[in-house]
Amino acid sequence: MKSIETKYMEEREAVLRALARLDRRAFLKVSAGALGAAIAAGAGVTPHSFSLVNVAHAQDKPPEGSPPEGNPGTKAGPSPAKPTLANKPAGFTFAYISDSHLYKRELNDRFVRSLLRAVDDVNAMDPQPDFVLYGGDLAQLGQREELDLGAEILKSLKAPVRMMVGEHDWYLDMGARWRELFGEPNYAFEHKGVQFVVLNSVVEEDFWTPAKLSPMERMQTVAGLDNGKQRPFTVGEEQRAWLQKELASVPKTKPLIVFSHSPLYKLYKQWNFWTDDAEQVQAILKPFQRVTVIHGHTHQILTNRIGNIHFHGMLSTAWPWPYAPQGLPALTIQMNRPDPFNPNDGCGDGEVLVHPDGLVDKLYKLWNRNPVTVSRAYMSSSGKQDSPLAPNSGSY
Amino acid sequence: MKSHPLLVLLLALLTLGACGKDETKPRAIPTPDPAAKPVEVKLCDNHTTTTVAGDAPKTRELGQKIADSLMTKWKEKNPEADWEVEERKSRTFLPSADNSAVLKAGSQAPGTPYRNFTQRDLDEWKRETETLVVAGSKVFHSGDELGSTIAVSCDMCHPNAANTHPETYPKFQTQLGRVALLRDMINWCLEHPVRAPKMDADDPRMRAMEAYIVSQRTGTTLSYGKH
Repeated sequence: MKSIETKYMEEREAVLRALARLDRRAFLKVSAGALGAAIAAGAGVTPHSFSLVNVAHAQDKPPEGSPPEGNPGTKAGPSPAKPTLANKPAGFTFAYISDSHLYKRELNDRFVRSLLRAVDDVNAMDPQPDFVLYGGDLAQLGQREELDLGAEILKSLKAPVRMMVGEHDWYLDMGARWRELFGEPNYAFEHKGVQFVVLNSVVEEDFWTPAKLSPMERMQTVAGLDNGKQRPFTVGEEQRAWLQKELASVPKTKPLIVFSHSPLYKLYKQWNFWTDDAEQVQAILKPFQRVTVIHGHTHQILTNRIGNIHFHGMLSTAWPWPYAPQGLPALTIQMNRPDPFNPNDGCGDGEVLVHPDGLVDKLYKLWNRNPVTVSRAYMSSSGKQDSPLAPNSGSY
Repeated sequence: MKSHPLLVLLLALLTLGACGKDETKPRAIPTPDPAAKPVEVKLCDNHTTTTVAGDAPKTRELGQKIADSLMTKWKEKNPEADWEVEERKSRTFLPSADNSAVLKAGSQAPGTPYRNFTQRDLDEWKRETETLVVAGSKVFHSGDELGSTIAVSCDMCHPNAANTHPETYPKFQTQLGRVALLRDMINWCLEHPVRAPKMDADDPRMRAMEAYIVSQRTGTTLSYGKH
């Protein structure tokens, strides 16, 4: 027997998932169907907004011949059947959690609770995502206790985890502990016919040696978003060469999804919403027909498109950032201004639905609010179709 | 907010021959006296001292060495002495208003203490006002100075004081059910996301933070009551 809370959370999950896959017309259909179903079901239906979940599921049957969804045990890796998009028509989902900024548990329970909430969110997904991307900044000051605590919490995720590094994880010991826990920060893998690449995009030029900073002073300088003593983020020559080599043998028709902590474009230098060698990285990605970049660091809904490259931000579990005062991409529809009286407002986690054509729907699961989907239709039409709802309270 | 002490070294030994009339001539270095006792040299704070061998040759280089050694010791005792320089290097600040029009002919009123200013007055206004702003930035960016029990500081949600919109206060804060001033919201944030004790309205940290937050929105139109 499930508790009302469990049922509610399950239904909520299911409806979020269903909504992510619907365009507007289908949504109206589903909503109408749900209303009918709710009336027909009568007394057995709990009167809340998630009643439409069963109907949404019915609408959402995967196409013929698709593999079963949500196999938690599946480790991402080279697919055995040499998958092409033609014989893998179903697409798949991965979840994301990002920017948790953990202090050690005794110092700050607030950020720990938020990460636990995100882990619960993802574990409640049914079917489970193929994997979970952790988007960087697991720790606040790169300390061993912080990284170890984060690693321990992420172990309770049911789906396999793919790690990405952020500047807060790195600049105390220059990645030593992070590497011990999670391996090299840049790597590539293939999953169901899609090529994935994970980058360390937070490489900063040495500003600490001339300034004679201690490791903790260096960390605290980098940890301040508006600290002007630090240098801009880069991917760096070494990793660009690695990326070029890694992608050399990948067919240009194969969908490519890149994970980077900072946005791989130039938005606002003062807050390092910025990658200094973005143009050079974009040049490597440009020959591919369908490229998606998923990045952390910005703690907000952020959408951009440069040529064939689609960019999506991730939400933080710890706190939302304000939108940058300049440089905001035209495609970005801002999320509502967070309400400081509503704990965790503007924070959350989310998922990415990778369609059979390799393009993605990006779902922002904002805690305490309606989720927002930035769909492939919106991206492909450069914002002409399927626009997410505009905020009713924007930035000042 | 300590002022930088003037380094006054009582090194009479250095002035020997340094300010005489025979400056063009090479200075005669006194012959060291092997029997001389070590000399203690004291900094103008009246506490910091260093010892010099009594028979050390009294050269300019030695004087500089003594001065450097005293200053290094003093800085070790006062690690925050350069806080304003450091804070200015780390953060972005907007300049306070340009008051040069005050000095223009016709806008002065000679003979009255008020409205009879010099460039020195303007410099003082600027320096003092901006120092308060920089002090506010230091509090704003430091969980310790804010008194946070969970190491959270204001800049975590408000880099460069973004989204603090001081120009919209006072306004009716529906969540509080009353009109709030900027400092009410600062105190709300201190108690909740920052988990620090509230500050008195005249707490120097509160005054400095208000100065910083307002300074970052200079040029924005005042629009009190705005939601």
